[in-house]
Formats: sequence, structure tokens, C-alpha cells
Amino acid sequence: MAGKQFKDKAGRPVVAITGMGIMTSLGSGKQDNWKKLTAGESGIRRISRFSTEGLRTTIAGTVDVSYEPDMAPSVMTEKIAKIVGEEAIAEAGIGSKGIFPGPLFLAMAPIELEWPHRFDLASATGSNDNVTYADLIRVATQSRFSPYFEMAKYGSVGEHLADYFGSQGSPISLTTACASGATAIQLGVEAIRRGECEAALAIGADTSVTPESVVRFSLLSALSTQNDPPEQASKPFSKNRDGFVLAEGSAALVLENLEHAQARGAKILGIVQGSGEKSDNFHRTRSSPNGKPIIGCMQNAFADAGITPEDVDYINAHGTSTPENDKMENTALAAVFGARASKIPISSNKSMIGHTLTAAGAVEAVITVMTIQNQRIPPTINHKVPDPGISLDVVPNVARDAKIRTAISNSFGFGGQNACLVLAGEPI
Amino acid sequence: MSTRREVWITGVGLLSCLGEGLEANWTQLMADNPPVAHDEKMYAPFVVHPLAPVNFDKQIPKKGDQRQMELWQRIGVYAAGLALANADVAGKVDILDRMDMVIAAGGGERDIAVDSAILSGIRSASNPGAFLNERLQSDLRPTLFLAQLPNLLAGNIGIVHGVVGSSRTFMGEEAAGVDALRVTFERVAAGQSDISLVGSSFHGTRWDLLLVTELGKNLLKAPFAPVWDRGEKGGLALASMGASLVVESREYAEARGAKPIARIVGVQSDRNRRKAGDIEATIEREWATIEPKVKRESAVIISGASGLEPPTSAEKKALGKIGLPVRATGSHIGHGFDTQFLANIAIACETLRQGKLFPASGSGDIGECPAQISQVAVTSVGNWRGEGMALIEKIG
Repeated sequence: MAGKQFKDKAGRPVVAITGMGIMTSLGSGKQDNWKKLTAGESGIRRISRFSTEGLRTTIAGTVDVSYEPDMAPSVMTEKIAKIVGEEAIAEAGIGSKGIFPGPLFLAMAPIELEWPHRFDLASATGSNDNVTYADLIRVATQSRFSPYFEMAKYGSVGEHLADYFGSQGSPISLTTACASGATAIQLGVEAIRRGECEAALAIGADTSVTPESVVRFSLLSALSTQNDPPEQASKPFSKNRDGFVLAEGSAALVLENLEHAQARGAKILGIVQGSGEKSDNFHRTRSSPNGKPIIGCMQNAFADAGITPEDVDYINAHGTSTPENDKMENTALAAVFGARASKIPISSNKSMIGHTLTAAGAVEAVITVMTIQNQRIPPTINHKVPDPGISLDVVPNVARDAKIRTAISNSFGFGGQNACLVLAGEPI
Repeated sequence: MSTRREVWITGVGLLSCLGEGLEANWTQLMADNPPVAHDEKMYAPFVVHPLAPVNFDKQIPKKGDQRQMELWQRIGVYAAGLALANADVAGKVDILDRMDMVIAAGGGERDIAVDSAILSGIRSASNPGAFLNERLQSDLRPTLFLAQLPNLLAGNIGIVHGVVGSSRTFMGEEAAGVDALRVTFERVAAGQSDISLVGSSFHGTRWDLLLVTELGKNLLKAPFAPVWDRGEKGGLALASMGASLVVESREYAEARGAKPIARIVGVQSDRNRRKAGDIEATIEREWATIEPKVKRESAVIISGASGLEPPTSAEKKALGKIGLPVRATGSHIGHGFDTQFLANIAIACETLRQGKLFPASGSGDIGECPAQISQVAVTSVGNWRGEGMALIEKIG
């Protein structure tokens, strides 16, 4: 690495990425995912783990390899978070067995009791007609139901992971909806910049493919209903896009003070140059028509990173494939980048892996760093019918080599929570 | 950090079973014959602390907004509004536009009627999978999802009150509340944020939460007793409450002419695996960190003891060793998980302002109110995991 730039322009410690792990519907691990992402493969398939009869959407980007029958999402989240965390920590070569020398920030979906559990409780009530919550509570203390207690506890996944990885202090489990993964990284970066720790473990993991989740997103008209063929449903920035594809996935990043990382001879995979946030209070599920919050979010990220829009060589899009998001992202990019907006390559990983929701910010940050490392951009697949209203270079259908020094990764969430990460190969 | 900034609390909002607003809560806490704020009939045999009557119109003027929220969100949005008004930033768009927000929240209410109908109907359904899909699709209200998502409390605070700098939502019961304040305090101290809203809301008097709590055999059954004296296994009296704080740097507050309510000296959070002696050890370690700054003659402790055992007895033992006067709020306002710690910081703020300590209740409430109160340590021992502690002090 050229020069020992351990402090950024604002005099803060530079934060490096020294380990990464990823798991998506395409596969487990960086190598497998990278191969398939650059080959333009889709991980979207028909949902097989529960009956989809009567559902408007019957496809998802499931991580079937880690699923076991009737597995609670919280249990599966924990499982795939462990896998990616191990991959990242092994690569970073940091700490010692069972001791990670920093805090854990975990982006995950909310937890609750699931239908299989409710059915179990209901059958134990012995009630033949109307089953009430009072009936369920009456049988809740039977010892066979005790595992459900931790399964339905919000802090349980983070606590179990803190035990497993030996992270330091109170683990923070968080949600900013679809921006959560980016927020986890941001919290880690801030803690390192404050000098609270030399390293932090940021993980995003989401396993929300359940009947009720599919229905809830369906009722908000958020999901694609173009079920046939599944692999062509997610088509960000295309004219015929009709919603996102629900997906599972996880990713982990070991964030580390650059000086600390270099002192111990760690390989530097990338730099988190900066981040920005801006909330949108236009509507509970829709973004401001003028795009101001998304624009502000990117501008805040540039200011934090000490860069200008001219420094951005690649944009990892939020690109959900919903009619509204992709249009808004286009509008905001045009405002931020001006005439350059149509010249900077931008691609949506969601075209291949679907929308991994609370994990997306972390999953796509890992892919963005791989994009910089390999100087090769994974495409936006399924781009057959361009939207005349969108003037972006979406790297359609085929991966492309490119010179990328600095990239941004966008994440915009339901509830108006927006985050943007500035990632680089070397300190800027 | 070489140049740490002083961090002030400049706004407080609280509502609980004792009433709406900090003053109403304080009056009830100080009453010679405190009114009964718990209920043994609503969910008999379990004891709960239902929310005092609140006119939500006062902080959420649009009925349309109220309809989009379940009660837990209305409570949180209301408490946030109280804190913003108290800090004199309500409606000040230039400040709210850059104000950060950290919320501690669990999920919202399920539709109990829909759940019950599905559980009742599915056993006679010829195709259970299809039955579940069909019922969910036709019976779930589209807006219910948004009323359940933890991050939509922040979303609604943005919509109703205009706080739109940034927002992050921490999940994980008591520890989430402690970490929400700790991260905010550290960010403001380090110059990463100038002004921030820290808030939380918990609506505990509802069937779905009683169920998940009782899966751990954790509910308090009548008769009611103070948190310290609930027998071998103890028990949680679920409560509904909302609490919010406006936290900002001294420079920022002075520049806008805001009056401080209290200074945050420090916030600690940690965890352990809850083996015997772990809780005491963590509290001792956290206390050792803040002790050099404690003025013993005028310091008191407000405890967030939940009433569950063995954590409550462990905390009692550890606080007994510290030897300062102790009062637990849980005996009065019940247990509000994510919200308890921030509610206790709110009560600690009023303790500093009034220079008084509310009357003792139960065996762990020890010591007399000192002649003056200049500092309050607030503890949080999670019902399952997580130990936290903060020290706040009077300014001037």
C-alpha cells in the first residue's frame, strides 16, 4: 500500500476491511459467489420449504443448503451468520480461537414466534374448537416448549453469536430495514474512529422467507409476481420490473483500524472511506418524490469520506426492481452526478441474488469490495427491456472489466432509513 | 479521543402506568399513599401495569397517522414528542433536519383475532398450508406489517415530528435501551453527532407478549410484590411505557440557548453468560469504571431491577456492596424491557431536579435520601442478558 496514511483527511483513523464472508442463494463463500455473480447467474428459485398454494408470489432467493424442516428464522439467521462470520474472521486472521477482539454489530430482521410454534402450542391445548392466546399461555410452561423462549427473543441471536465468536462487550442487534447491513458497518466504523476499539465485526443476516413474510410484503405490493421463470423475475431498472424478490443471505466484515491491521501484517481487502445517512419522512413505504433524502444521503457520505462525486468510479445500486425504487434512484443519481450519471457504471446485485433485506447492505458491501479487488463489475441481469425513463449504464447482462478506485453502495429502507457507504481499494 | 465534548440531556419525555409526562409520574412516585398502578384482573392470574390514559391527539394530531400505528408506536411517538417539546426543538425544522435518532424497540402487536382464527380453523382444514396462506392473505391488514416493524417507530417519529437527520433502531430488550444511550453519548462526546433523540417504547399488556414471556415461565402471578421480594423465581410484571431523551453537546445546546437538565458522565454496557456470580462481577466492573467520578455524599442509585430471579437478587447483592441509597422503579411502573432504562434515566433527571428520592418499596430499596442529590447512577440488569449502568449529574 502506497504511503502510511493511517489518518483520513479529517484526522480520524482510517478503517480497513481485513476479512469478509458471504452466503447467498448463489452459494456459500466469496469464491463461489464471485464466480456466479460475474457469470450472471440467478439464485432465484421456486419456494420449496412450504406450500405456496394461493400465494401471489411463489419464488424467492432461498439459502436452502442451511435450511432444516420447520427451522425458525432466528435459528437459521444464527446459523448463516456463524458461517459468514467464520469465513471473515479466518481471512482476517485476527484474535484467537473463541476471542474476537472487538464488538459485534448485527443487522437482522425482527424476531417473533412463528406459525409452526403456534401450531405446536395450539395442539397441546387440547381445545377442540376456539383456540385463544389464553389457551396457548396455559400450556406455554410445558418443558418441551422451553426452546421457543430464546427463539422468540430479540437479543438471542446477537447473544449467541457473541458467545460463539467471543466478541467484546454488549452485542448490538439493529434494524434500519433494508439499510440495516450498511448501518451495522457504519456503527463499527464509528466505534473504530472514536478509538473505542481496534476492530469490529459487522454482520448482516436475513432469513425471512416464511409464508407470513411473503404475504406481508405481498400485501404492500412490493414483490414481483412474475413467477415464471423464477430466475428472470428480478430485473432492476428494466421497463417491465414489477417488484423485488425476497431473498435470504448473510455477510460479515472484519473492520479494523488500518494502522492496527498493517502492524500485524494483515492483508487489506478494502477501505471504508466513509458513510452517510438521511431519513425520509415522506411516507411509511414510499420515498420523497423529489429524491431529496436519497440525494442528501449520498452527499453526506461524500462529505464524510472527503470525496466529490467525480471520485466515484462505480455504484452498487440499491436497485430493488420495484417500479418506484429504481425510478427514484435514477432521479437521485442524476441530481448528484449530473451529466456523469449516465456514464458511471452501476449494477444491482439483487438482479441475481434477490433482496436480502436487512442483510443487503452487508452482502452488497462485500460484493462491492470484491468488485474493486477484481476490477470487474458483476452485471445487472435480466435487462432485456430497458426503461426509457432510466438513463443509467446498468452494466446489462454481462460482467465488465473496469478501473475502479472508489465505489459507493446504496441502501434505502422501508420507514425512510437510507444509508450510503463509500468503499475504496486504498485510502484516498 | 483527545477532545471529548460535554454531553447534556436537554429534553425528557415519559409516559407509563403512573401517568403522562414526567411531572405526573413524579407526583405519583412521591405520593404518601401511592395509587395502585398495577392490574391483577386484566390478564389474571398475571400482574400487569397498563398505560395510564393518554390523549394521543396532543402529540399525534393527525388521526390518519394514529391509524397507521399500533399502540406501541403511538406510545413511542408520543414520548418523543414530549421530549422534543421539553428541549424546545419541536417544530424547529432546521434542527430536526439534522437531528440523529437511536431507538430501542422490539416488535409490535400481532392481530390476536386473526391468529386465533387460524389456530382454530387449521385443524379441520384439508390442506393446512393452503389454508394458512389464504387466511393470512385475506385477513392480515396491509398496514399491520408496518405497525409491527421495530424500525417503523423511528419512521413514525420522522413522519409525525420531523426528526430526519438519521435513524437507527437497536433490538434486544434491556440491553438495546442501554446501548441506544451509550452509542448516542459516545457519538456526541466524540463529535460524530451534535444532537440526537434517544427513545424507546414498550407495550407489554398484550397477549402475544405475555405468551413469549411465559414460555420462559417469567410472568409474575398475583399477588403483587415489589421487584425485590417476588420469591425464589421472581416474576416480571409487564408494563406499557414510553421514554425519550434529547441528548446534545454542550456547545450545540448553548449555541441554541437550550437549558440543560443533566450532564451524562458515562454509560457502560456489557454482558456475560449469566453463570453464578457473573452479574455481580459485571456490575462491580462497571461501577469501578464510574466510581472515580462519583460524589458519594450526594449520589443515589435508581435500579432497573426486573423482578425476575436470580438476576434481581444478584443486583441487590451488588448494589448493597456499593452502599448508596437505592430505589427500583419496577415496583411502581412495572417492567418495560427495552424502555426501562431510558424511563429510569428520565426519572433520574427529575430526581436531580427535585433533589429528592421517592419512598422505598421492598427489601432492595435501601438507604435514606441524602440532604442533596447531585448524581444518579442508573442500573440495568436484563431479565435474560445484558448489564448496563449510567451516571448522570446535576449541572451547576
